[in-house]
Amino acid sequence: MGTFDLGVGTAFWLMNASALLCVIYGVVNWNKDKEEKVLSTKSWDRDEARINKDL
Amino acid sequence: MNILENIIIIIYLAVLGYLGFVGYKQTKSSADYLIAGGDTHPFVMALSYGATFISTAAIVGFGGVAAWLGNSLLWLTFCNIFIGVFVAFVFLGNPTRKMGIRLNAHTFPELLGRRFNSKFIQMFGGVLITIFMPLYTSAVLIGGTEFLVAYFKVDYHLALLVMSVIVTGYVLAGGLKGVMLTDALQGVIMFVAMMILLVMVFDAVGGVDVGFTKLEHVWNETVASLGSVNMKDLKAGSPDFMMKLSMNWGFQGWNKMPVFLSEGWLFVITTITMGVGIGVLAQPQLVVRFMTVKSKNELNRAVLIGGVFIIAMTGIIFIVGALTNVWYYEFNEGKNALQSAGGVGKVIPHFINAAMPKWFAFIFLFALISAAMSTLSSQFHAMGTAIGRDVFEQIAGKHNPNSLLITRVGIIVMIVISVSLAYVFDKQPAIIARSTAIFFALCASIFLPTYFGGLFWKRMTKKGAIASMAVGTVVTTFWLLFVHFQEAKELGICKMLFGVNTLLSGKITFVDAMIVALPLSALTAVVVSFMTKPESPALIKKCFED
Repeated sequence: MGTFDLGVGTAFWLMNASALLCVIYGVVNWNKDKEEKVLSTKSWDRDEARINKDL
Repeated sequence: MNILENIIIIIYLAVLGYLGFVGYKQTKSSADYLIAGGDTHPFVMALSYGATFISTAAIVGFGGVAAWLGNSLLWLTFCNIFIGVFVAFVFLGNPTRKMGIRLNAHTFPELLGRRFNSKFIQMFGGVLITIFMPLYTSAVLIGGTEFLVAYFKVDYHLALLVMSVIVTGYVLAGGLKGVMLTDALQGVIMFVAMMILLVMVFDAVGGVDVGFTKLEHVWNETVASLGSVNMKDLKAGSPDFMMKLSMNWGFQGWNKMPVFLSEGWLFVITTITMGVGIGVLAQPQLVVRFMTVKSKNELNRAVLIGGVFIIAMTGIIFIVGALTNVWYYEFNEGKNALQSAGGVGKVIPHFINAAMPKWFAFIFLFALISAAMSTLSSQFHAMGTAIGRDVFEQIAGKHNPNSLLITRVGIIVMIVISVSLAYVFDKQPAIIARSTAIFFALCASIFLPTYFGGLFWKRMTKKGAIASMAVGTVVTTFWLLFVHFQEAKELGICKMLFGVNTLLSGKITFVDAMIVALPLSALTAVVVSFMTKPESPALIKKCFED
């Protein structure tokens, strides 16, 4: 990419680096979350009436 | 169209219909309709987010802008990936998801409203989405329709009508489940088409380095040569006028940044890069996707898929957009892309149909229809829920039996408004990219401080949030009506009231509204929150503790 000036060249490499960051982050954290059990048992609709009343 | 093309189109529509039907069958509650039940697969979620994020506005609109202004637009791709995917998913995704569950929120305005215990915030957010989102929706509609017109050689109005009817069908039937399933399919089609496009374009222009090197030559031959031409001798809006304008704005070539702090630099950095790049964080139709997954793991996995998807979309189309100048120069009598296609929004559709084999134009047709439909369906869904859930239910009461009906009627009304705008705006120069940038900037200025503060700052108060949203709305509107060079001039209100196109003059008129409105909106949120009584501990506990 020798024909890009500094500004465009920086954008080009940052674009690729940020995509690589996303890939690495996704792979490293693929199955890392331990909070799942805390919130997944909650139902979206179950508490609707109570929350509306409280608010 | 030959028989094979007809069959493939019918199969495609049948698959969309089937996925809409699957969404319909799985939609048993308002949560299913509004947030897809909260248990969406990460692959579907990430592709749906990406396909919603990347519309025909990005491909046709911003791709055309890249043909006009060059590779400086790659700054937007960087922001799309780093801010729009990495920051959004890693830092905002899980807090949004958890708070959404704690507060039983089904829409973005509902999340903000319940965080601050304010029906007003929810209704205000719903009304703003209803008013401003059609602007963005019309941009997406124009982008998709332009390609249909170029491919099928049909009337613009007919193509617009057909696309609107198809999208309406599966949004009304399937809710967010149907929308996300079709989004995912469409995301795969978009990805495959873009990868093929990149390879074919580099092949057509002689390779990567050769292609970019030729760009400099084409600029010198077709644009720099306009240096001695007087702007007054060029027809306003014509290709040569646009290229000469880019030079006057400080652009020096398709591989170079415009001169620092020139009009062009301010346009690319403040409007295109920051306006769209930051504005994505507060897009109602995207934020709601964080509430559709059941754990942080799904969000982490979506970062990988989303990052790859976005670079394959905007990264490729911006590079291809700039390189179309080389192809046209070599194969169309020494003309650049704008001179050949006739306008910014016409470059990508014209290029695909002129430069690529027929079979690829057909695949790309699907990619573009997919891009348009995936974004449109999410936009219509967001607007419908804003009317039904955020406005109607707040007035008529929760659990109103007519709520879902009102949402569906709201979707139809918003489609009619959006299609009408697409009819009106079609002839405006670079309207697709501009409308998109305006909507993204509006969302950032109005919602972002309240959204951020709501997620991360327990001291933020209801009055602080309302004041921030009001300041964001007023300042952005004022800037667009009275200061920003294009919108103020074309809307004409400033001229009517004060006799001038803009109240300010010079380079400041090129600064995007968000650059002014967002800091003021954020400052207002902080100052007013500190001046008012903190929210009750019970509300804070409900919002932040499991």
